[in-house]
Amino acid sequence: MSHSEKAAIFNKNEAKVNWHDKALWYVREKRDNAAHGVKGWEYLRDTASKIKGNVLSNLDNYLIEFEANALKNGIKVHWASDAKEHNSIVYKIVKEHNAKKVVKSKSMLTEECHLNPYLESKNIEVVDTDLGEYIVQIAKETPSHIVLPAIHKTKEEVDELFQEHLGTKPSNGNPEYLTNEARKHLRNKFLQADVAITGVNFAIAETGGFVVCTNEGNADMGAHLVPVHIACMGIEKIIPKEEHLGVFLRLLARSATGQPITTYSSHFNKPAEGKELHIVIVDNGRTEQLSREDFRSSLHCIRCGACMNTCPIYRRSGGHSYDATIPGPIGSILSPGKDLTKHSSLPFASTLCGSCSNVCPVKINIHEQLYKWRQIIVKEEPQPFVKKSILKIAGKVLENRTLYNFAGKSARFMLKYAPKFMIYSKLNAWGNARDLPEVKNTNFDDWYKAKRKNKK
Amino acid sequence: MRVGLFIPCYINQLYPEVAIATLELLEKLKVDVYYPSTQTCCGQPLGNSGYEEDSKGACQLFVENFKEYDCIVGPSGSCIYHVKKHFDILEQTPDVVKVRNNAYELCEFIVKVLGKTDLGASFPHKVGLHKSCHGLRGLHLGSCSERMDPHFSTEEDLLNNVKGLELMKLNREDECCGFGGTFSVFEEAISVKMGKDKIQDHLNSGVEVITGADHSCLMHLEGLINRDNKPLKVMHIAEILNSTI
Repeated sequence: MSHSEKAAIFNKNEAKVNWHDKALWYVREKRDNAAHGVKGWEYLRDTASKIKGNVLSNLDNYLIEFEANALKNGIKVHWASDAKEHNSIVYKIVKEHNAKKVVKSKSMLTEECHLNPYLESKNIEVVDTDLGEYIVQIAKETPSHIVLPAIHKTKEEVDELFQEHLGTKPSNGNPEYLTNEARKHLRNKFLQADVAITGVNFAIAETGGFVVCTNEGNADMGAHLVPVHIACMGIEKIIPKEEHLGVFLRLLARSATGQPITTYSSHFNKPAEGKELHIVIVDNGRTEQLSREDFRSSLHCIRCGACMNTCPIYRRSGGHSYDATIPGPIGSILSPGKDLTKHSSLPFASTLCGSCSNVCPVKINIHEQLYKWRQIIVKEEPQPFVKKSILKIAGKVLENRTLYNFAGKSARFMLKYAPKFMIYSKLNAWGNARDLPEVKNTNFDDWYKAKRKNKK
Repeated sequence: MRVGLFIPCYINQLYPEVAIATLELLEKLKVDVYYPSTQTCCGQPLGNSGYEEDSKGACQLFVENFKEYDCIVGPSGSCIYHVKKHFDILEQTPDVVKVRNNAYELCEFIVKVLGKTDLGASFPHKVGLHKSCHGLRGLHLGSCSERMDPHFSTEEDLLNNVKGLELMKLNREDECCGFGGTFSVFEEAISVKMGKDKIQDHLNSGVEVITGADHSCLMHLEGLINRDNKPLKVMHIAEILNSTI
C-alpha cells in the first residue's frame, strides 16, 4: 500500500488525527522555546553540519581510529556489512555466554536490522526497556516515531494494553499508575537479564568511547547490571573528538523533545572489571548512500525526530503510514536508498514545504532531496498510466503556445459547461472535498489584448 | 528598467483578476512593464511530480520570453522559486543565468527592488496572511518559525501599510496549507485535512479575508471554504494592495 492509501485510512478517524497532530505540535513548540534559549542556535547548527560533513568525507580514517582506541580500552570491536551479519554477531556473543534473556534500550539500528524477531527465533527473550518501545513491543507493533515510539497510542489505549499484558487494573489512562506498573515489571526484567544491548548516539574517534542518550536511564540500568554489554552503531555515528560532543548534545535533546539535555548522557569508555563490552559497527547500506552525492548528507542525521514533529504531513498521517523503520521526512530520503520499489511513494508524501530542512539540527536539505528522489523514481519505477500520460502531455502543451491556448480555453470551457457529475466524479480527487474554481468570462491573455493594445 | 510580467498558467486561465491587479499595481508604481504574449508556464507542476525532464521545453520557452528584460516579476512565490531553484536542468547559458538571477516574486520586487512599502492602498478588513512555503522558506520572503533569526516579513511590511487593514495573528503562522501541486490530488486525504486545519486557524483568529502571495495555495483553501460554506473570503495580496476605498 502506498503512503497516501495508508494515510487515507488513518484519516478516517479525524478526532485521532487531531489528537496526534496536537501532541506532536506540542513537542515542536517545546523545541522552539528551547532553541530560542540558545544564543547562536543557527551557528550551532552550522557547526554540527560541518562536523558531520567532515566525518563523512573521512569516514574510513575516523572508523579505523575509533577501532584502534576502543581496542586499547579493552572494548571488543566487530564489523557487520549488513543486517544479517549484525544479527549473527549479536547472537554469537549472546550464545557464547549461554544467555537467555536480553534487555535492550532503544536502538533504531536494531529495529532496522530486525534483531528482536531474529533473537526470538533462537529462543532468546528480548525486552525493550524504553517505555514507549515496550508499549509497542507488547502491542506487537513497530515504533511510529524514532524518539516517541508509541506516540500513536493514547493513554487509554496503553491502559487496555497493560491490563491485557501486565494484568494491571483499569485506571482510565492514569499515566502515573501506568508508568509505575511498567517500572515494576521492567525492574524484574533488568534483574533477570544476562546481556544488555544498547544503541550508540555518538562514538568518539579520538577516545574510542561512546555516548548513549536516554531519558529513562534504561541503557545504564541494563548495561550496569549485566556481565555483557553489546552496543550497536551505524558507521555514521562517529564524531572526531570529544570536544565536538558539546555541539551535538546541545542540539540533540532540544531538537528532539525541547529539553536542554537528555536526562542521561552516559559515557562508556571501557568494560567494567570482570565484564565485557562489545561494539558492533554496521554498514547495512550506508556506504551506498554515501556514494550518492545528492543524498549523502542524509547520513548527517542524529535521529532527533524534529523533522517528524514539524512535518504537517507526518503529524496527520501517523508514522506507520510510511511503512519504514524511520518514518517522516528523513525516513523518506533514507528509505528509497535501501529499497526503491518498496518506498517509492515516500518522496511524494510531502508538499516540499521545507520546514523539515529548517528544523534539522544538522542542516540536512531534506526537502531538496525529496525533490531529487522524485526525479529518479519516475524513471526507475513503473508509474500509474494516467499520471504519467497527463504529465507527459502537459510537458508538450506547456512548451507550445498554440497548444497552451487551446488547452487553456478547452479547460475553461469544460469547467464552465460540463455537467457536475462529470467534474465531481471519482476520477477527480480534487473535487471530493473541494469546489473547483469558478470560471470567469475571460482569461488574462484576452483581457490584455483588448485593454493594452499598444504594448507588446 | 524594463520589467517582464510573468503570469502563471493557472492565474492566466482561472484568476485573470489577480493578473490584472498585479499589472495595475506595477503600473501605479510607475514600472515600465511588458507582458510577453507567448509565455506559458514555469514547468513546476512537472518538476515537482518527478518529470522535470519533460519540462525542459517549457523552461526554455520561459527563458526565451523573458531574457530581454531587466527584471521578471510574477504574482506567485512558488513559480518564481521554481525558476530560481530548479532551472538548473537547462544548460546555464548567459540568458538562463540572467533570467534566474532577475526573477522576483511581486512583493519581493516592490519591497526589495523598488524600496517601497506604503503603496497608498486601503482595505478596511480583518486579514489573515497565508505565508506560502515556497515564498517563505524558498525565497526568504520572511523569517521562518523554525529558524532563530530576527523577525521580518516582506508581505507584512506591505500589509501593515494598508489603511484600515487589521492583520490578525495566527496560531501556526507558517504551517503549510496542504496544496503542494499534484500532492493535492495524489495525497488527497492529507491535503484536505491540512487545508481544513489551516482554515480553522484563520477562523479562530477572527479573519475575514485570507490573503497571500501564492494563489495556488489560496485556490486550494478557497475550494474547501466554498465546499464547506465557511464565512471567509480569499484574495491575492496584489488585489488588496491594488485596492482603494
